Amino acid sequence: MKVSILQFPGTNCEYDTVHAFEKLGAETEIIWHKAESLPEGTDLIVVAGGFSYGDYLRSGAIAKFSPVMKAVTEYANNGGKVLGICNGFQVLTEAGLLPGALKRNDNLHFISKHHTLKVENNDNIFLEKLNNGDVVNIPIAHHDGNYYIDDAGLEELKNNNQILLTYSDENGNIKNPNGSVDSIAGVCNKNKNVFGLMPHPERAMEAILGSDDGVKMLEGFLAS
Amino acid sequence: MITAIVNISLKAGVLDSQGKAVHHALDSLHFNNVDDVRVGKQVVLKLNTDDKEQAMKDTQKMCEEILANTVIEDYEIELV
Repeated sequence: MKVSILQFPGTNCEYDTVHAFEKLGAETEIIWHKAESLPEGTDLIVVAGGFSYGDYLRSGAIAKFSPVMKAVTEYANNGGKVLGICNGFQVLTEAGLLPGALKRNDNLHFISKHHTLKVENNDNIFLEKLNNGDVVNIPIAHHDGNYYIDDAGLEELKNNNQILLTYSDENGNIKNPNGSVDSIAGVCNKNKNVFGLMPHPERAMEAILGSDDGVKMLEGFLAS
Repeated sequence: MITAIVNISLKAGVLDSQGKAVHHALDSLHFNNVDDVRVGKQVVLKLNTDDKEQAMKDTQKMCEEILANTVIEDYEIELV
């Protein structure tokens, strides 16, 4: 299992992501955004979190034009698996690989804390180790995590089981920290090979640091 | 040379929380004659052309590709 982790100027979660996947036994490589191709044999691309290009203009707006994104788009369009975490999610929506957009949190605060999430659809490789309705404890850390999609788009997400996770309380009832439409924390594309979420599963890998619920999520990718 | 002024704002119907916060602040300062506030951003481009039609076309393309995210934002272009 080979995981290629993208690094833009301003990315800051790439080493956490390396730690997470190496802990699970995967081989990892950090890919600088100037790369025009991806390493041979890449099984998963992770667009890691952070503040690519300082979030200038809009979060993820400038990163989508980095040379490496052309290869990522091609990889995704050929069915390759891509996971965007936090800023990576923003980059993937900006690049049009995932539906919707992320806007400023409704309360205008940068929110950094552990949050419980409810698994909405596990019929995909990312969440297949979990059951629908499971509640996981994963840190969030974002300013622009307020997921927006119009009504028609939301309907489509629901019909195709593309909503992965929603923000909830510990009993699985809706608890929305940032104003996201339908409390959505993560979505995938129609083909279920591109995944994006604002919470950070790579920061929930050690029980001693608060939670290891990220293990079950990321493990899904290694099963293939 | 043509200057293109691009005003970008959240679409009508997309909640503008910054606008709401500013509205609230104005209320606190007793500016009670404000019905609604929208906060947007302005991008000013100096274009090295005198062809207005071309300038408009180019700027529109820039807006669609990067300056605005048309999932959530509208843009208006003014050439001066």
